[in-house]
Amino acid sequence: MNLSSLNWNSLLPELVIVATSLIVLITAVVGKVSRVDRIARGHALAVVTLIGLLIAAGLTIMQLSQPASDFMGMVQSDALSHYLNLVILLAAALAVLLAWDYLGRFTYSFSEFYSLLLLAVAGMMFLGKSTELITLFVSLEILSISLYILTGFNRHQLASAEASLKYFLLGAFASGFIVYGAALLYGDTGSTWFSDIAANASGGFLTLAGFALLLVGFAFKIAAVPFHMWTPDAYQGAPTPVTAFMSVGTKAAALVALFRVLQSAVSAPYETWAWALAILSLLTMTVGNVAALRQTSIKRLLAYSSIAQAGYMLIGLVAGTVLGLQAMLFYLFAYAFMNIGAFACASLLESDDWSELQDASMANARGLFSRQPLLATALAIFMFSLAGIPPLAGFFGKLYLFDAAIDAGWLWLALVAVINSVISAYYYMRVVVVMFMEAPDESTRVRLPIPDSAILAIVIAVLGALLLGILAGPSFASLGQAVVAWRF
Amino acid sequence: MALLLFLALALVALLAAVGMVTSRNAVHSALFMLVNFAVYAIFYIMLNAQFLGVVQVIVYAGAIVVLFLFVVMLIGGEIGAVRSSLRRYTYAAALILGALFVAMIGLGIAQTISTDQTVAGAPAAGGVEAIGMALFTTYLLPFELASLLLLAGMVGGVARRYKALDED
Amino acid sequence: MTIPLTWYLILSAALFAIGLFGVLARRNAIAILIGVELMLNAVNVNILAFWRYIRPDDPSGQVFAIIVLTVAAAEAAVGLALFISIYRTRRSINVDHLDALKG
Repeated sequence: MNLSSLNWNSLLPELVIVATSLIVLITAVVGKVSRVDRIARGHALAVVTLIGLLIAAGLTIMQLSQPASDFMGMVQSDALSHYLNLVILLAAALAVLLAWDYLGRFTYSFSEFYSLLLLAVAGMMFLGKSTELITLFVSLEILSISLYILTGFNRHQLASAEASLKYFLLGAFASGFIVYGAALLYGDTGSTWFSDIAANASGGFLTLAGFALLLVGFAFKIAAVPFHMWTPDAYQGAPTPVTAFMSVGTKAAALVALFRVLQSAVSAPYETWAWALAILSLLTMTVGNVAALRQTSIKRLLAYSSIAQAGYMLIGLVAGTVLGLQAMLFYLFAYAFMNIGAFACASLLESDDWSELQDASMANARGLFSRQPLLATALAIFMFSLAGIPPLAGFFGKLYLFDAAIDAGWLWLALVAVINSVISAYYYMRVVVVMFMEAPDESTRVRLPIPDSAILAIVIAVLGALLLGILAGPSFASLGQAVVAWRF
Repeated sequence: MALLLFLALALVALLAAVGMVTSRNAVHSALFMLVNFAVYAIFYIMLNAQFLGVVQVIVYAGAIVVLFLFVVMLIGGEIGAVRSSLRRYTYAAALILGALFVAMIGLGIAQTISTDQTVAGAPAAGGVEAIGMALFTTYLLPFELASLLLLAGMVGGVARRYKALDED
Repeated sequence: MTIPLTWYLILSAALFAIGLFGVLARRNAIAILIGVELMLNAVNVNILAFWRYIRPDDPSGQVFAIIVLTVAAAEAAVGLALFISIYRTRRSINVDHLDALKG
């Protein structure tokens, strides 16, 4: 074996991300700059980060037309991973735009922030394409450790540190389950490759326990009920750009990785897992939506809503068909736009006082429409999209998911999901009502002036939510062609 | 002979583990941890994984336990008794979950794996050379990813240490 | 007379369960982290036993164990750094005392 004989092409986007991370990191130790210059340097680092993300996205798009390839059998670069990469890179780019101005309010550690963000991106990208248990485990840990730190990045705020601690403790706990599951599968088959596991699994106790423990671990990572305890706290306490990024990126990568793992569980028929996933999905949607009903903080409301959204996305895995996977990918794109957009708007409603739980409360949005009509409209669009109101992206995403479920014979699950959507409409609409129907008072609060970078992020998210809705048919079809190429 | 040794070590490991999770004082916990992890090193050597045994001693006894002790020294060792520090039902639930877990996995393993599955003689791949070859060929990617993991941990540690904006 | 594989596996399951109990029953962050470390190490015993008895010809089990060890170490380092910085402001790392976030 020599280095040039390796298939580096299949890892190009990830390598670009890692290299960018290192470049960003090195600037932390180069020269001393004054306070004023540090903010400028922070912006320069954000630009470097964005360029790295764009190059990686460009390379991923170029790979779309190439046949699937692998790197020493450890990772699989196929349509699935390419689309996942695009979702992750999109989420990261929007998060960088949000962080542009947000970060300077509480820290000067820009290079640490962006390099950890990029490492998390790399971890997610590797996680989504890994086809071997050791690689899967390490990638998962890269993204987890980066996110633990990013969650606690706001040193001025106790809630941020608290969120970080809770996220860390439960995340580390979940790693224990994942690695035990992986060990049992290794013991069962004598190999850590998914393909070997699929071929040699005994289907006995070790297979069953191994997959069950992996499922528990992944349920923690995608914040599925009953393994969601950390989610509201971590999402509410983390700096908002980080919340926006991890609510999309972690879910996307973990869902795709879970899909790959479960596909290798062929010796235990997929139906067994489908039932476990269906129950997980049912609980996740219902608990997430019901808990969101009584929230007074928009950020915490969005945290519970993102639990519920994970429940919808699990439906794609329950179906386990091409259609289900396609619908899940489509929903991930839609979710990236609407969820990050909503968090972007929420970040503008936060108070500047770090001593209190700096938070976007519902009261801050009271009568927002008469103060900031465009911002209120944008937030309303995201809320409508999350609630699944046509013709926005969220509506079509849900439609495709439910359709895939019915197609695969999960009519009851689709019905439950529809009922859940109706419940969720209540709290999403409540935000809209507060903004449009009520009169502004002293509690109404918007961080002014609204930074250009946040406006850019919101505009991109609005366009995404609208265009994905209007062009849902063609974009869903193009996802389909690529996904079909994936072996089942 | 080997059976007796195994049983004795297993007993030590289990007792140390119980000590680890029930001690009132974090220093005791950390010392039980040292005992526990040292026993693992002996298990690894019994399993013919000598390299892992040595690494276990160096990394755990040499680094992790010391790290724990340092932190305990900085922030105080009183970590509270298990029972008093929390509501009784949580304790019961934890106990039941733990017991169920052992029962499930233990019974499952006992039933599915034939007890005569033993290997005689030294395996071909126990030594440093074989591991090194594997790490730098087949497992090159996870090996390199592990370096990214350590980088993330390092940057994370530095970022946590950084002073906040106004303390500058 | 060699030791049956089952013994190792049951021992490792018991150690994992003790760690699990520790995580669930303790409220101090250091005690919880100790529980997690115990869980990860218990898994390593499992992995190496499997390697020795099922695939001794292929070092992948040992590689797996090394990686798990690395991860456990990285997690301990990051976690302890986090605990110290929280302790500096809160004077406590008991998760029950951290209650800024609720709802």
